[in-house]
Amino acid sequence: MRIAIEHRTTYRFSEPQARIVQMLRLTPCDTQDQTVVSWLVGVDRDARLRDTGDGFGNMVTMLYAEGPIEALDITVTGEVLTSEASGVVRGALEPLPPLFYLRGTARTEASDALFVFAADSAGTADDTLERLHAFNAALHRRFPCVPDLPDAGCTASRAFETGGKVSSRDVAQMFIAGARGLMVPARYASGYRAEDAARSAPHAWAEAHVEGLGWVGFDPSTGLSPDESYVRVAIGLDASGAAATGGMRIGHGQEQLAVDLHVDRLGGEE
Amino acid sequence: MAARGAFDEIWGHGGPDSPRAEFAALSRWLAETDAAELQRRQQSAEAAFRQLGITFAVYGDSDAAERIIPFDIVPRVFLAGEWARLSEGLVQRVEAINAFLEDIYGARRILREGVIPPELIYLNAQFRAEVDGVRPPHGVWAHICGIDLVRTGPDQFYVLEDNARTPSGVSYMLENREAMIRLCPELFRDFRVAPVDSYPDMLLKTMQSVAPGGNPRPVCVVLTPGHFNSAYYEHSFLADSMGVELVEAADLVVDDDVVWMQTIAGRVKVDVIYRRIDDDFLDPLVFRPDSMLGVPGIMAAYRAGNVAILNAPGNGIADDKAIYSYMPEIVRFYSGGEARLPNVETWRCREPDALNYVLANLPELVVKLVDGSGGYGMLVGPTATRAEIAAFRAALVAEPHRYIAQPTLALSTVPTLAEQGLAPRHVDFRPFVLTGSDGVRVAPGGLTRVALREGSLVVNSSQGGGTKDSFVLLDDGA
Amino acid sequence: MLSRTAAALYWLGRYLERADFIARLVEATIRLDALSARPAGDAAWQSALAVTYTDQAFAATGQEPTQAHVARFLALDDGHPGSIVRCLEMARNNARAVRTALTREAWTAINRAWLLFQNRQTIGGATATLNLLEQVKGETRGFEGAIHRMMRNEATLLIQLGAAIERADNTARLVDVKYHLLLPQDERIGGVVDRDQWNTILQTVSAVNAYRWLYDDGLQPANVIDLLISRAELPRSLAACVEEVVALLNALAKRTGLQGEADRMARARLARMQKTRTHDAIVSGLHEHLEAFVRENALLDGAIARQFRFI
Repeated sequence: MRIAIEHRTTYRFSEPQARIVQMLRLTPCDTQDQTVVSWLVGVDRDARLRDTGDGFGNMVTMLYAEGPIEALDITVTGEVLTSEASGVVRGALEPLPPLFYLRGTARTEASDALFVFAADSAGTADDTLERLHAFNAALHRRFPCVPDLPDAGCTASRAFETGGKVSSRDVAQMFIAGARGLMVPARYASGYRAEDAARSAPHAWAEAHVEGLGWVGFDPSTGLSPDESYVRVAIGLDASGAAATGGMRIGHGQEQLAVDLHVDRLGGEE
Repeated sequence: MAARGAFDEIWGHGGPDSPRAEFAALSRWLAETDAAELQRRQQSAEAAFRQLGITFAVYGDSDAAERIIPFDIVPRVFLAGEWARLSEGLVQRVEAINAFLEDIYGARRILREGVIPPELIYLNAQFRAEVDGVRPPHGVWAHICGIDLVRTGPDQFYVLEDNARTPSGVSYMLENREAMIRLCPELFRDFRVAPVDSYPDMLLKTMQSVAPGGNPRPVCVVLTPGHFNSAYYEHSFLADSMGVELVEAADLVVDDDVVWMQTIAGRVKVDVIYRRIDDDFLDPLVFRPDSMLGVPGIMAAYRAGNVAILNAPGNGIADDKAIYSYMPEIVRFYSGGEARLPNVETWRCREPDALNYVLANLPELVVKLVDGSGGYGMLVGPTATRAEIAAFRAALVAEPHRYIAQPTLALSTVPTLAEQGLAPRHVDFRPFVLTGSDGVRVAPGGLTRVALREGSLVVNSSQGGGTKDSFVLLDDGA
Repeated sequence: MLSRTAAALYWLGRYLERADFIARLVEATIRLDALSARPAGDAAWQSALAVTYTDQAFAATGQEPTQAHVARFLALDDGHPGSIVRCLEMARNNARAVRTALTREAWTAINRAWLLFQNRQTIGGATATLNLLEQVKGETRGFEGAIHRMMRNEATLLIQLGAAIERADNTARLVDVKYHLLLPQDERIGGVVDRDQWNTILQTVSAVNAYRWLYDDGLQPANVIDLLISRAELPRSLAACVEEVVALLNALAKRTGLQGEADRMARARLARMQKTRTHDAIVSGLHEHLEAFVRENALLDGAIARQFRFI
């Protein structure tokens, strides 16, 4: 599938900022089933952009801008060619072994309730893949309608227990917490999904490591594995670790953040 | 535990009347100098420390009173031969620590060959994936190490703990020596003591040697969390004696993957940073986002190879207490030979057999939290009350993976000025080992900590410990 | 030199000068109110608050502007930035952050001044207060002495620059408030004045003797104002401060090679000052003249911060 992406992040500051340093995880990598045809990260003012990595295999861009800055616009435009792989991630850069992804983080610690839910819904099948699919489907049944929302910093357990305004990010973290509780290495994935509607945040899902198969994607917001309409950009131990933008500004005042995101399907495989 | 049976480094096993043959002269000085006179000199040293503001804030002490660490006037002395053997062991160990860090964040040969269980690395918070694959300038990781040692006999040293992150205490090594030269000049006339005052030069050379790109005149700075930090005196002391700027995070900016310091004449490029803040606080973009002490972007500059950070981020994996018990294997793996400096025998309570042994022998053992420091979260079996032992037993059963246990060693003693005159008191030792691109050097001295209470084995300054000067002799007798 | 170090030194100079000024202001006001034959009452204290820009902060406490209340408020209340204790604390914090730039003598003077106020809750009566203020002045004098014995380098110059800018502000404010208070609209200069009141002003700027040396026609308001504004012989006069700022910036430029906006502003101010006669300023509106001076002083402070890149 040919997918076009336009992802615009706009910061507005109530007072001019002296300088801004941002760390951007906005660039996808090639895998066996994902080819980046073109990709451009642009900024609407004088700034220095430097490409680097982050130890997890993600492409990172550092952005340095000098003030006075009243607003900052970061625009990503690109085109990616994908093929169907039943959610299996093949040929990605993997600097860290699966074992690393059993490590808990503050945002993905499973509470008793979440752990019990994961264990019960995963069932007792011998096949790990089967159990993970069962857990994924159960999460989707419990949270059937989850939009892509800006990160509110919620933990998996709190989102699970309070319900409320649960986003794709939250269910992905729930999946990760549950899977790790079941001793399956799991991680957070963020990227884009070709759909008609405009969005205000990137899409989030999870990946779990299945012995013999490798890393497999699970999207609790659909109850299925990612298909060819997904573009995988960054992974991390949790939502914070894969955040698209993160930064520090030197200056006073408030910050307003708006995200405008269009992901369009350009047609089938050629 | 009583000092009885312990090896005294000056008096041997016999007491004041039959000192070790090598220490006959020093022993005479001790016997002939009036205790009241020693007391007077000691008080004078402590008064000077207070005026200089060589103070520390006690952990967990909410009023954060500025206290000085008690100073003992009787020096601890190493003979030239003893020191030479000890130094070889220190160099071997620090070389192994550097090789281990290079390997763990690189090829990971030691894991592939099954020397260390991989979960001990990957599930350890001290393993920083953020620096995985990054090689520091000149491949040096642990530039400044403090290796904590205990001693049980003339050549019996054991490593208690490695400190490969931001070991402190070197200002005491230097200030204690200043005080001794002022107060007991006769000792320096009668004995040939290796000078320690070259330490700031050694440190500066070490910093300059690891500058990126081999810059011959690199800009070096000391990065402090600020004047509210308990070790601020040491930070300012080191910066001052090296003649480099003492900077806080707000003085540094990163632009275009380069670190700059902001001076009145504009930005100056920084090449080498001796940081005295923890990894967690170094860069809010990469580590803790709430850190106010850090420099946003500094890790990107480091990753790009534009700045050297001493010690390297990620070093915590080398001095972690869970890794400590594997140090003999680590030294063997990288040096090809046996460790010259052995570890204290250690039971890893995460292993069921070890846990059973520890639970059965609690009154004889020292039990430590894997992630504790400063002598907190520690049980000294022989001196503990029944209630304390019971509490630790429960904690061990609940979370065995958080603890290790070690036998109580008959730690060496050194004569120390007590209320009733000189008496043996237990000591430990922290020598400082510097690694630059041009090799490993041991500073000829260190920080001797002494447990001032009779029989006590706890030397931590926060729990009634003091310090002594540590003489390294250029001869084999005093 | 690090910009942060420069800023800390400059502010150290400002805060210590301010602490010293408030101490002398409170002292002079006590003499006027409590010790003179004709107590000046609450009005004197109200004007002390106005001079230190703390009248609104004090009003917010709901207290009566009596000697006991205002003296305590200006000396001990750490709830607002216009008290001696807060100024000393800020000075000490700045000094701690740059300890290696100070001599031990300079540091201990600040530390001792700060220690005077530790654990002190009450100000006591007039005598006790005067004693305390005397001690504060002693320590700040000790600091100034220590600074003069320090190397004549950037560090020393920046402390003195901060002090000079602060002193200019203090004197201008003092003259403005007191003049306004003592000369109601309908009264002409040279009319009947309260000697005590004018003496208070001279005491606050340590100029009682200087006045006698420079003017021989008794205590005249116009002379007092002339002394405080135009006579460079008096270290706390506006003329002296303005000259000193130019000289200090000049010395800094020689050492650092940095010259800029602040130098130009300071020199322009000096040139204008030398052309202005006090009498003309009074005739054309002293209040407006002083207000403009305070405003320009604040602009100069901002220019200094930019020129030396304070963070």
